[in-house]
Amino acid sequence: MTDKIVRRNSVYVYEAPVRLWHWVNALSITVLCVTGYFIASPPPSMQIAEAYDQFVFGYIRFAHFAAGMILTVGFFGRLYWAFVGNRYARELFVLPVHRASFWRGVLHELRWYLFLEREPAKIVGHNPLAQLAMFVCITLGLIFMIVTGWALYAQGAGQGSYPDMAAGWVLGLIWNSQWLHTLHHLGMWMIVIFMIIHIYVAIREDIMSRQTMVSTMISGHRMFKDDEEA
Amino acid sequence: MSEIETFYEVMRRQGITRRSFMKFCSLTAAALGLGPAYVPKIAEAMETKPRTPVIWVHGLECTCCSESFIRAAHPLAKDVVLSMISLDYDDTLMAAAGKAAEDAMRDTIEKYKGNYILAVEGNPPLNEDGMYCIVGGRPFVEQLKEAAEHAKAIISWGACASYGCVQAAAPNPTRATPVHKVILDKPIIKVPGCPPIAEVMTGVITYMLTFDRMPELDRQGRPAMFYSQRIHDKCYRRPHFDAGQFVEHWDDENARKGYCLYKMGCKGPTTYNACSTVRWNDGVSFPIQSGHGCIGCSEDGFWDQGSFYDRVTDIKQFGIEANADKIGATAAGVTAGAVAVHAAVSALKRAQKKNEEK
Repeated sequence: MTDKIVRRNSVYVYEAPVRLWHWVNALSITVLCVTGYFIASPPPSMQIAEAYDQFVFGYIRFAHFAAGMILTVGFFGRLYWAFVGNRYARELFVLPVHRASFWRGVLHELRWYLFLEREPAKIVGHNPLAQLAMFVCITLGLIFMIVTGWALYAQGAGQGSYPDMAAGWVLGLIWNSQWLHTLHHLGMWMIVIFMIIHIYVAIREDIMSRQTMVSTMISGHRMFKDDEEA
Repeated sequence: MSEIETFYEVMRRQGITRRSFMKFCSLTAAALGLGPAYVPKIAEAMETKPRTPVIWVHGLECTCCSESFIRAAHPLAKDVVLSMISLDYDDTLMAAAGKAAEDAMRDTIEKYKGNYILAVEGNPPLNEDGMYCIVGGRPFVEQLKEAAEHAKAIISWGACASYGCVQAAAPNPTRATPVHKVILDKPIIKVPGCPPIAEVMTGVITYMLTFDRMPELDRQGRPAMFYSQRIHDKCYRRPHFDAGQFVEHWDDENARKGYCLYKMGCKGPTTYNACSTVRWNDGVSFPIQSGHGCIGCSEDGFWDQGSFYDRVTDIKQFGIEANADKIGATAAGVTAGAVAVHAAVSALKRAQKKNEEK
């Protein structure tokens, strides 16, 4: 038995705005996925009242648009925090692709997930693989969803409206917006897949790695389970 | 009388009364979304301006645009516009044929150099040097280029000229190509639809003849007054869409009640056109009103956007008949399965490691 006394040191990693963004984002994305799915495949017809007194699909669309707007505002807020926050706040936006150590880290994490490494790495911020996945699926993924989403919203808002001025250029690129619906829908599935992996890995690493994961996104502090070097 | 008649003179010669002429002017102003102040302007322009000749050429097409055009809801508008454009050259409508017809076109080009409007119905196929469409013994693409060279502006009638339509649908064996990809140096106005609505066609041509300029165009080069909103935005079944009341099957009670056709694959939400306001055949009806969803005929590549009867349409790029939901759900299922297996192996490894440490 190991009876070591571990001095559980911790680092303040995720500042309050980052944590707030994370959970607001999580909630918006959940609402967006559920309502978005229903927008493409509506629930069975409901006969509650006459059409002028019933707004079921309207509320579903309203929830989608509202969540989308919150997501957009949150994304810009998060982008701002990348400039003024601590070094870990920048990890989502800047990939150190020029550094060999980053790619070695990615390889190490891949080997760890393929059960080829016995010991997990000790990392304060995101591990390199996680950072890569975050950058592709969340930073680029959300930009794609925000831009295509606002372009679709601009169709209803009408030409000359603010959404149209901001994102209408996408309609000029795509021409037939049925294809834009398809791309936006595929984007949703990409984010659903990201969510499955993200939640699984967060819980797994919380148990198996040398640092906390889930509680870090609540308290902001990353606790280390041992005192050994990374 | 001047050598070139004015629109008004032409109309009077056609037996149109002044009263009817004024009616036409107000109707046109309303259709174009212009205020009542424009009625005298239109009237004045038509009374004083010399008639602008129109050359109307036909490429790879089905003539549904012409069929639509000659059925403009208000017979007056049709008569007026037909006499206005006077068919200097339109090989399906004019009386002349053969060499006389081709000469007529050459004469018009020569006489009105840089001053006529070229209306193109259909598109040129470019494969095999354009041999898939022969007009007057030559590939259509040659006639098109010749007529376009001295044109003031070009109108692309219908989905064929604007986007390619069915003959350009994958795999497009004849390489049918929309006009704006062949003629690169002229202002082109697209009036898509299969066919376009008659009133939209007469409205566009009247605007150009009256004001001597192109109407305001949107991002894709379509006249904004008719193509700035989707069918969906002004659909009379829209309240049922917002209520969540849909036709579930073609013959169900909801279909009889006239509920929204969204679930039946209606492309109204992605189609820019004026059908839901102007309607067809003297404003009698339009597809959705007759119980069938919009097929999106005025949109780019509408033949290649999957089924007319799905909202989540098939994606051919994946090589199989699969839509975004099938691809996404399969990928998510595989991921979830992989996660479960990975979690199980992780648990085993962890137990094994703990045993070793003991």
